[in-house]
Amino acid sequence: MRRSMLFLPGNSPNLLVNAACLGADAVIFDLEDAVSPAEKDAARILVRSTMGHMDFCGCETIVRINAVDTPYWQLDIDAVLPEGPGLLMVPKAGTAEDVRTVEAYVTRQEARLGLASGAVGLMPLIETALGVENAFAIATCSPRVRALFLGAEDLTADLQCRRTKEGREIAYARSRLVMAARAAGVEVYDTPFTDVNDDEGARSDALTAKSLGFTGKAAISPRHLAAINEVFSPTAEEIDYAYEVMEAIAAAQRQGKGAVALRGKMIDAPIVARARRTIATAQALGLGREEQV
Amino acid sequence: MEIARPASAGTMESSDAYVEIEPREDGLEIQLESVVLDQFGDAIEQAVREVLEAMGVERALVRVADRGALDCVIRARVEAAVLRGRGDG
Repeated sequence: MRRSMLFLPGNSPNLLVNAACLGADAVIFDLEDAVSPAEKDAARILVRSTMGHMDFCGCETIVRINAVDTPYWQLDIDAVLPEGPGLLMVPKAGTAEDVRTVEAYVTRQEARLGLASGAVGLMPLIETALGVENAFAIATCSPRVRALFLGAEDLTADLQCRRTKEGREIAYARSRLVMAARAAGVEVYDTPFTDVNDDEGARSDALTAKSLGFTGKAAISPRHLAAINEVFSPTAEEIDYAYEVMEAIAAAQRQGKGAVALRGKMIDAPIVARARRTIATAQALGLGREEQV
Repeated sequence: MEIARPASAGTMESSDAYVEIEPREDGLEIQLESVVLDQFGDAIEQAVREVLEAMGVERALVRVADRGALDCVIRARVEAAVLRGRGDG
């Protein structure tokens, strides 16, 4: 479950060692934009050492490696792969070939290191117009791709438009990524809200992402995590309704009925699927009921 | 591994350590400065020595300015300093 993901600069020990207690479902150790070229080596070693020695108490660790057009990305993978990151974030993913290049290298290194093949997933970071246009091809280019991630700062620079809090300039990209990811059967995560002092704006931005179908949302400040987690958690009412749906389905099956109605509306397969997802999320959060439906 | 040139890694920020390394004629010399020297000085020096030994560094002067860094951070900063100062780097 990844409602929230928090970016942490890869060369900042005071943030890395506290990653587990900042409130994020996942943390992204950033070896790319947050690290200057002169410190890439030290950050890579620090992230590897921290991952190898710290207990993150169930908080998933993701590593943003450098882009495939830099001299760093293979060194990044060499360093962190043995530490078992949950995902590798692949920045500047413009084409399926970019992601396949990383996939091929990860596969070779897994074999060389004796690691389980295919264990590490990839999360392409879509942050160019080319990447948005190729989103479905990127999402389906490898079984290692577990999610797409929208990066709006670089995207708006590429689009030659201003990044705004309202986000109208990224509305198409957001919808396009959700569509591509859902069609491919992978998760999809929204760009951070970058005004760290605007809590209400962060909450509103998370609500927008949730309404469009995103699985979760990233943050660059721990201040935004509580709002993101709340927005991407099912409400008590949604959980109750999900259990009602499953109970209605079970009752209909016992009675041999084909069609099922609840609160005056027909219950069809998409509603059942949504109810299952809600219950699964609720259980993961400890909000589910004891009985198995 | 030979240390060929002075090098450093890390910062003086909280939870970090600033590690400097220099070539030395014979053996290892470790100079340690830390606000928790009395409590953790031996453990910090042990961590530094373990990294140097694992990397095959037998002759070097290492200065560590600890700012409350955890063991994994100190080890990372020593490793980075060694790699930056090595002869074949």
